[in-house]
Amino acid sequence: MTVLLRENSAAVATKPISIAVCAMGGQGGGVLVSWIVSLAEQCGWIAQSTSVPGVAQRTGATIYYIEIAPADPAGRMPVLALLPTPGEVDIVLGAELMEGGRAMLRGLVTPERTTLLVSTHRSYAVEERINPGDGRIDPAPVYDAAAFAAKKVIAFDMEQVAKEARSVISAVMLGALAASNALPFPRKAFEDAIRNGGIGVKPSLAAFDRGFARTTGDMPEPAHPVAVEQAVAPFSPSGVAAFDALLHAAAGLPSGAATMLDAGLRRVADFQDVAYADAYLALVREFALKERAQGMPELTIEAARHIANAMAYDDVIRVADLKTRRTRFSRIAAEMGVAAGQPLSITEFMHPRVEEVLGLLPSGLALMLEKTGLGRLLMGRFLRRGWRVRTDRLRWFVLLSITAELYRLRPVSLRHKREMRHRDEWLDLTRAALEQDYDFGVEVLRCRRLVKGYSDTHARGLSKFDRVMTAVGVMVDRPLLQGRAAVWTRLLREAALKDPEGTALEAALARFQRGAMA
Amino acid sequence: MAERSFALEVQDLRIGAGETFRGEGILAITKALLQSGVGYVAGYQGAPISHLMDVLSDAQDLLAELDVHFESSASEATAAATLAASVMYPIRGAVTWKSTAGTNVASDALSNLSSGGVKGGALIIIGEDYGEGSSIMQERSYAFAMKSQMWLLDPRPSLPCIVDMVEKGFELSEASSTPVMLQVRIRSCHLHGTFVARDNRRPIMTLDEATRSPRRDLSRIVLPPAAYVQEAEKLEQRWPAAVQYIREHRLNEFFDQPDADVGLILLGGLYNNTLRALMRLGLADLYGKTDIPLYVMNVAYPVIDDEVVEFCRGKKSVLVIEEGQPDYIEQAIGRILHRARIDCTLHGKDMLPMGGEYTVGVLTDGLRNLFVADAPDLLDGTARATNQPPITCTPQIAALKDSVPARPAGFCTGCPERPIFAAMKLVEKELGPHHIASDIGCHLFSILPPFNLGATTMGYGLAPASASAFSGDSRRKERERKRTIAVMGDGGFWHNGLTSGIGNAVFNKNDDVTIIVDNYYSAATGGQDIPSSRSTPASRSTHHPISRAIKGVGVKWVREIDHTYDVGRMREVLNEALTTRESGPKVIVASSECMLNRQRREKPLKRKALKDGKRVVTQRFGVDEDVCTGDHECIRLSGCPSLSVKPSGDPLKEDPVASIDQSCVACGNCGEVADAAVLCPSFYRADAVVNAARSERWKHRIRSALIASVQRWREARRPVFS
Repeated sequence: MTVLLRENSAAVATKPISIAVCAMGGQGGGVLVSWIVSLAEQCGWIAQSTSVPGVAQRTGATIYYIEIAPADPAGRMPVLALLPTPGEVDIVLGAELMEGGRAMLRGLVTPERTTLLVSTHRSYAVEERINPGDGRIDPAPVYDAAAFAAKKVIAFDMEQVAKEARSVISAVMLGALAASNALPFPRKAFEDAIRNGGIGVKPSLAAFDRGFARTTGDMPEPAHPVAVEQAVAPFSPSGVAAFDALLHAAAGLPSGAATMLDAGLRRVADFQDVAYADAYLALVREFALKERAQGMPELTIEAARHIANAMAYDDVIRVADLKTRRTRFSRIAAEMGVAAGQPLSITEFMHPRVEEVLGLLPSGLALMLEKTGLGRLLMGRFLRRGWRVRTDRLRWFVLLSITAELYRLRPVSLRHKREMRHRDEWLDLTRAALEQDYDFGVEVLRCRRLVKGYSDTHARGLSKFDRVMTAVGVMVDRPLLQGRAAVWTRLLREAALKDPEGTALEAALARFQRGAMA
Repeated sequence: MAERSFALEVQDLRIGAGETFRGEGILAITKALLQSGVGYVAGYQGAPISHLMDVLSDAQDLLAELDVHFESSASEATAAATLAASVMYPIRGAVTWKSTAGTNVASDALSNLSSGGVKGGALIIIGEDYGEGSSIMQERSYAFAMKSQMWLLDPRPSLPCIVDMVEKGFELSEASSTPVMLQVRIRSCHLHGTFVARDNRRPIMTLDEATRSPRRDLSRIVLPPAAYVQEAEKLEQRWPAAVQYIREHRLNEFFDQPDADVGLILLGGLYNNTLRALMRLGLADLYGKTDIPLYVMNVAYPVIDDEVVEFCRGKKSVLVIEEGQPDYIEQAIGRILHRARIDCTLHGKDMLPMGGEYTVGVLTDGLRNLFVADAPDLLDGTARATNQPPITCTPQIAALKDSVPARPAGFCTGCPERPIFAAMKLVEKELGPHHIASDIGCHLFSILPPFNLGATTMGYGLAPASASAFSGDSRRKERERKRTIAVMGDGGFWHNGLTSGIGNAVFNKNDDVTIIVDNYYSAATGGQDIPSSRSTPASRSTHHPISRAIKGVGVKWVREIDHTYDVGRMREVLNEALTTRESGPKVIVASSECMLNRQRREKPLKRKALKDGKRVVTQRFGVDEDVCTGDHECIRLSGCPSLSVKPSGDPLKEDPVASIDQSCVACGNCGEVADAAVLCPSFYRADAVVNAARSERWKHRIRSALIASVQRWREARRPVFS
């Protein structure tokens, strides 16, 4: 009975072509679907599409589904399904890398049938963005899964191609779909579908064309943009003789740390002056001398990185300096796409606290103002609300420039004294840790990563850092078994980066008390 | 002004007999209403039928030509009560809403309506929000049909069938004097397909004609003793009349195979997916030809006993396919078979899952179970075995579980509600956490990261009511207590919140805080207008401030914030509300226009201004990468889609830095938050002026030249190293 049925239906379509569009709300998935439907209908096919209306438009992940079948010679209408079924999808269009991943996770991509077209760009989910450290998810498993699950994979950064064509990703995806030959329709029919849509036809066609060319290989994959720090070889001369001497000296340290040393030297010199950079190099050199014989020079790298961060701390002077630079003005102009002479204003959102302003003053005076509460009394009124600073206005610009010039007074400021004391305590702990074992020392250096942000965020980071350092101090005093101190330090640091409040760190510290110190 | 315009599509509603209609389910339903000679349509928006309201709203000209009255009701209860126009007059009326949420609200009117019965056809089109993509609790609307004795249609998801059921639904309603519910599922509403149209019809009697010669009939009013008479009438006259109509007009479909001994009884709405499942098992073809007998219930309620008996007689077993729980239909059929002493095994939820959407995959498994148990010969080897394990079990795919992040819907870029919750977060840091009652609407996204604010949601406009128990004994108010916060949208406020929330709080001397999020529209349902909207649609009266309504019901402490992006002010006001010694309800009306709508309104204007050579300011926010330290505190107080992270590009900075992409609409939230929360000085706003006047350009040129010379002078004195 069933066998008969299959033979009968051999002459006509036995299965529809099924297409799932996996996108985020607001990406234009609906437009892509309407193009595909119109394309199929133009070619005399029957098309049915479905989507989920409602809150899915508000940036959430959503699936559009299309089934198409050739018109039946006998005039019968096909019965088409409303949702994609795992194992039964011919084409999956993923409008973002992780949405492609989600389609695979749902089993929609299978090696027997599915052509997977996916844009490789990332739009980070909230959970990836809110992490105090680096919450971005490693995309490698998605690439591995695609290679395994799909019959054919077409993957490139469609968002970038769309941007280049000043259009939207849906048009690029349609181009990729046309070029993939997964649908039995000629290229012209795809283009007609865009034309019939009637909205943004020209840029859409341009984006379609680029999507098509990228898929067929007619448009070469752009070479990976060379990372800026590698574009220029490390230790390239700056033209300032004293500084170039430092660069020359740094070149003698372990070569694996060259990039970091170069960046560190420049940052520290930029923060203060060449003499300050000299002091920096002396500290790094001290650790480089204790570098292990084999493997990556991790100690030197981490010392170069974190001592630079500790010495080039973020203060009002530094911010004022960065905000008034010529390079910044031209970068913003380029980002806004303004032509020369076109008015462009820049408004900063600044809210320094009394503490930050006091920190600028010579330490004796600042301490007096801090202790007596006089500082808050005098300055509180001006700092209660934030400032809207118009850097493009001469008045503000000059004020910021003068603030930047205060770097000359920085060495005697209260903030500087405190930062240096803090740095030295940390380096002392590092030296002690290093005496126990190499890895322990490296891990203690890496804890500097916890100190970041401004104002409250900075204070919170600092308090986390101090709590981890207290634990480090305990381990320095009462040595653990070989290697365990390094592991504990790493665990505590990772816990501190998990959430802003430090809940995970508290739990980890409690474990540390029970486990390591019992 | 709704989110999506159907101005173009509604022209298709004019096509006449014999022409092919192409389009979405909601448009097909609208066309079917017009073909049925409907006299009035009302409803309340909500997915999945929001767009049905939007289509009708955009089709006002056509409706007026046909003498059809259209109303955007204040709530589903209002819409249901509107059907009273069909009680005394032979006027067909249709109402629509999202179900079960809306049916819950409407059920008072529906009970009264169905008790008295109707003369003109009364059709209730419900968007059954069940299964994937749903935004509400998972329940069935079936119980409402049963308890009030209204008929429930569940047509096959194909446009011709849906259109046919709309027309037949009116006839059924009139034949049985009973309101009829027609349910369309989430994906049917936006199902693209075709059907052959008929001519639009004018109503037999217009509303105007009705009010000119009013009628009344005491026996239709629900009051004893009429209520008892009506109950008897329902059972003795309306029910049999309905059964007769349904049988005569073959609303349910039989696809019988006389010699087969296993059959399927399924709801119309599940037909397509069931057929696809049969096709996967090699038991059906693409065109619906199958060797398995099917009884397709396009009428979900009432169950027609004789048809069931007829179908089941002589069969070894049948499987009932109905989605969700309880298994009302299976229970009914069990009773029918038992009473008729038919020896046919009844399957249902023993083969299929009790809850959840019946996708093709779920149905395939259920049907396979059925055939393996009762008709193993039907399946060939490959169909019988569950072949290889699904691809999702392979390590490569299973590994994705840890890689693919959850991506729930959230606040849009530039949403004016974001700063309200950012301010609440800041207040939380000062005063500690509060009990927060949430409502229905976009603002409910606050319960998700990064805000994590809100403890309960009890229904539309019910947030203040859902916190009222905590207000405690009013005689002990002087004691220090921690106030609760209720957050309610303007949509919820006008739907229900004014009386059940604010009025209740005043009356009960409630001491707590309510924030009304006023974004000028019923935004979550697609941006429809409400009484406090600032637009001026020709057919509605708007511009009625929420604050006046609140003061009208007796609230003394009212604060209005007309720019929610001012996070500092928002925080101060909220702080004051939570700490003031003044007793009585404290209401904050926080108003700023829904950004989706605002962009849609302003973008075309801006494009035009640019084209006309007028002065236009383009704004965008940015982050200075070298100032950003990558602590992401700003993101934790925002979650804006345009505020993301990117690699720092600096070997010294391990963590990614904040970055604002091109989609930024310059709402200002990130700058305000950075300021109010004293975060960091990384944010800036850039304003580029296009088509600036000559004087403005000159001023800028001079200023830039002076600044550049200062910059060069400083560079010369102090080299820039990084």
